[in-house]
Amino acid sequence: MAQRIGKQTLLLISSPSIIGYAAVGAKQEKIGPLAGYFDYLSDDSSFGEKTWEKSEIFLQKKAIELALQKCGKKEEQMDYLFAGDLLNQCISSAYVARELQTPFFGLYGACSTMSESLCLAGMFVDSKLAEHCIAATSSHFCSAERQFRYPLEYGGQRPPTAQWTVTGSGACVVASSCKAPFLRAVTIGTVTDFGVTDIGNMGAAMAPAAAKTITQFFQDTATKPDDYDLILTGDLGFVGSRLFERLMQEDGYPLANIHNDCGLMIYDRSKQDVHAGGSGCGCAASVLCSFILPQIACQRLKNVLFMATGALMSPTSTQQGESIPGIAHLIHLSAFPYQEEVK
Amino acid sequence: MTKQKYAQWVKEESPNSKGPVNISKAFVSGGLICVIGQLLIFLYENLGAGEKAPVLASLSLVILSAVLTGVNVYDNIAKHAGAGTLVPITGFANSMVSAAMEFKTEGYVVGLGAKMFSIAGPVIVYGVSASVLYGIILVIFG
Repeated sequence: MAQRIGKQTLLLISSPSIIGYAAVGAKQEKIGPLAGYFDYLSDDSSFGEKTWEKSEIFLQKKAIELALQKCGKKEEQMDYLFAGDLLNQCISSAYVARELQTPFFGLYGACSTMSESLCLAGMFVDSKLAEHCIAATSSHFCSAERQFRYPLEYGGQRPPTAQWTVTGSGACVVASSCKAPFLRAVTIGTVTDFGVTDIGNMGAAMAPAAAKTITQFFQDTATKPDDYDLILTGDLGFVGSRLFERLMQEDGYPLANIHNDCGLMIYDRSKQDVHAGGSGCGCAASVLCSFILPQIACQRLKNVLFMATGALMSPTSTQQGESIPGIAHLIHLSAFPYQEEVK
Repeated sequence: MTKQKYAQWVKEESPNSKGPVNISKAFVSGGLICVIGQLLIFLYENLGAGEKAPVLASLSLVILSAVLTGVNVYDNIAKHAGAGTLVPITGFANSMVSAAMEFKTEGYVVGLGAKMFSIAGPVIVYGVSASVLYGIILVIFG
């Protein structure tokens, strides 16, 4: 049963495991440095579907199917599906849930959705409300562009601070098991807004939320950055990462060389035209499920703080001049369960 | 941490667009489009189009821009050319064709038909408004 410590952190005492996980991507991800770690990559960003929305549904479903396949489970065994995406009314996840017929919680946390879904799945399994849960999310460059920005073929220029929405999905099957990776603790973030209004600089808008959540986690657990092998933010990109590190320095938690960002890992900024890095729900999800989780499973990484970050604006709020609120949820992933460490 | 201080940090950490490079590229590419337009006028005049030559030249540029948008080439040129391809008539054609292509999946009426003007619409509205205003001024003071 989870135990609340400090202000916002829950220790998952039984430490549920991520027993199956999979990452799916497309063309841009295939030429990125993490390509070899993905479970499924396609040169065709449409995945043979007629609309970009259907392509994204395919992506997310594929990730869930592969995650289930890798842990030898069937969808009928799943008690809950926690999923969300960037599209209006979270249609990608809802249409995936329509096919899966698993009881479904639709989530909107923008690009923080992988953290949000994984937190909830871990909490449900830890408190024995469920035996098996799926946490999943996806994003698609083309469906996101048409909803949030311009038509694909529109001849516009992107600022250097803009990020590239990842066409990708990640899915995790969470259940009780003795195998790593384990979910040890979660910190649910608060909505933080430092007044950034530039839609082309989302990393800057989200960095304060990330700094606030992780500072709270360190205070709640009385730990410090050195206690962890890796602090992984979701999609702060180049600009947001720099700002996050500065904020942490100011808060008295210098991160030295242990911070990395999924948006900086998934693409090679020197070779790929992605400006400040990757973004989107699928960014944190696919980097976690392709590259990070296997390393925790084999104990190369022992303690990782995973924190996907989201910008909670809409095109309407932006056009009305509102600033961009950010959110970040944190998960402590470990190669060892909580109980083992306590002994 | 105050919002003002953070805004200062954001300014410090955010790289600026490469102004001189972008402006030079836009200048050259925009100029090039105008040269093509002028050459087309000469061509149509030689073919005997007379007064209609400039109209035919504009028409040709619009068609060329629409075709390049359709074959997914225009945005790759515009990425470098910036305002060079945006300001001339080619940019207007691209904004309509790209929107039409994008929203075709939502049907020919509420998708293609309605969304076609999502970017070009304001240009038409304020372009027409400005000419009406200019017309009134001309009538009164002209």
